[in-house]
Amino acid sequence: MTLPLIGYARADGRKGIRNLLLVVYLVECAHHVAREITRRFESKDVQCIGFAGCYPNAYAQDMLQALCTHPNVGGALLVSLGCEGFNRTALASAVSASGRPVHTLSIQTCGGTRATLEAGQAWVAQALQSLRAEQPVPMDWSELSVGTICGGSDATSGLTANPAMGVAFDLLIASGGTAIFEETGELIGMEELMAQRARTPELGQALRDSVAKAARYYATLGYPSFAPGNAEGGLTTIEEKSLGAYAKSGQSGIDGLIKPGTRPPKGGLYLLDVVPDGEVRFGFPNINDNAEIAELMACGCQLILFSTGRGSVVGSAIAPVIKVCANPDTYRRMQEDMDVDAGRILEGRASLAQVGQEIFELMGRVGQGQATCSEALGHQEFVLTYKQFVSAGPACLPV
Amino acid sequence: MASSELSRALQLAPTDNVVVALADLSRGATIDVAGVSLSLRDPIKIGHKFALREIAAGERILKYNCPIGSATRRIEAGESVHTHNVRSDYLANTTPTMAVPP
Repeated sequence: MTLPLIGYARADGRKGIRNLLLVVYLVECAHHVAREITRRFESKDVQCIGFAGCYPNAYAQDMLQALCTHPNVGGALLVSLGCEGFNRTALASAVSASGRPVHTLSIQTCGGTRATLEAGQAWVAQALQSLRAEQPVPMDWSELSVGTICGGSDATSGLTANPAMGVAFDLLIASGGTAIFEETGELIGMEELMAQRARTPELGQALRDSVAKAARYYATLGYPSFAPGNAEGGLTTIEEKSLGAYAKSGQSGIDGLIKPGTRPPKGGLYLLDVVPDGEVRFGFPNINDNAEIAELMACGCQLILFSTGRGSVVGSAIAPVIKVCANPDTYRRMQEDMDVDAGRILEGRASLAQVGQEIFELMGRVGQGQATCSEALGHQEFVLTYKQFVSAGPACLPV
Repeated sequence: MASSELSRALQLAPTDNVVVALADLSRGATIDVAGVSLSLRDPIKIGHKFALREIAAGERILKYNCPIGSATRRIEAGESVHTHNVRSDYLANTTPTMAVPP
C-alpha cells in the first residue's frame, strides 16, 4: 500500500532521505566563518551546525559525531578556530571511518577569516559536486526513523495534533519503522501508564525511574517544563501538559528507553530520556525545542513530527520537520508554516484516524523528497548545549 | 439546535469531572454535555476546561480519566477550572517570568 521512500545510501549501510553537506563550527569563535561558507552556497543542501562551548564535553562530542554521520548527511567540513577544547581529530576520524568525506580547517593555521572562507568554499564546492552525482535508491519504511516533539503547546495539542501523530506513529511502527518520543520532564504523571506498555517489567521500571529522575531534576531547578503560554492556552498543570504530550506515543508497546546519541537496534517505539544524569550541573535539561530535535536526530531520526498549538515556526538543520497544527485558529493565522491542519478534528471536519493517516502519507511524500513548509521557508535552526549522561542499563533495551 | 450545543464541549472520559470547550464560550451560555445541562459561570476559551459538576476542595481533577491536579477550593458546576483553583500534585508551575517578587 505504501510506496518505497527515496533514499541516499551511505558507505556505512544507512540511508538518508536528504543528501546534505554540513559545515560544522567547533567553537563559537569559528561560527561566523562556518556560517559564511554555508551562505555562499545559498542551498538547502549545505547546512551549518556546531557547538559554541570552548570547554570539552563528552555529550557534545558524541552529539556532533552522531550528527556528522547522520544518514541525511553525506559529508562534513569541520571549522576550528585552532585552540578550542573540542577534540576535532576524534570527530574527523569518526566521520572518515563512516565512509563520508571530511575535511578540517583551522582558522589560525589557514591565516584568518578570508583565507579559511576561501579554502572552505573550495572544499564544499567539490564535495557537493560528488554528493549530487550520487543516484538515489529505493528505501524501505523499516529504514526510516521518525522523532516526535511538541512545542508551543496549548490545550488543543493534546486533543488533536498529538493523538493524531500517535495514530501516524502506530502506522509507521506497523510498517516496520522506528518511532521515538521524548521529554521525560513532560511525561510527569504518565509513568504508570507508560510502564504498563513496556515490553518487559524491567523496562517498565526503567521508564518509571526516568520520569522520577526528570521530576527530581525539575524540582531542583524550581519549576517544571511549563511555559506561561501553556497556561494561557488552557493547560493547568504539568501533568495535564504531560497527558497531551504522552498522546504522541500512540498505542504501540514500548520497546526501549534510549539516551541522546543511541540508535535503536530495530524498528518499534522508543522513549528518549533527555534529562541529564547526575547532579544538576548545566541548567535546563533542554533550553528550547531545537535542542530536543538535535537529540532526536542524534538517535538517527531522518524526519521529525512537530505538534504545535500556539504556533511554532521552527524547522531544523539535517532532518525535515513536519508541522502539525493542533489549534484551528492558529492554523488560520499561520497557514504558510503548517503542514497539517489537525484543528479540523476540533471543528468536527475530520476524524483523528483521518488526520493520522494524512500525517503518515505526508511522511511518505517527505521521504520521497517533498519539501516541508519549514524547509521551503528556509528554516535550519540548530542548537547544542552542555549536558552529561551515563549509559543506559541493559534493562532499557530488552533483546 | 441541540446538536450544535452538544458539539461545543467534550467530556473526554466518562469518569471526568471536567469538560473541554471546543469553541470560545461566553459566560451564561447554556451547554448540554455528558447528559447535563450547565450554565457557564465564566467565559471559557477554546481548549480550556470547566467543571461538569461540583468539585470539592482537595478533590482530584480527572481529564481522560487521568488525574491532572487537585482542586484548591470548592469549584461549582459550570465554573472555569484552571490555575486559579487547581494545583499540580507534582510540581507547581512557577516559571521565572511567573514568579511573584518577594
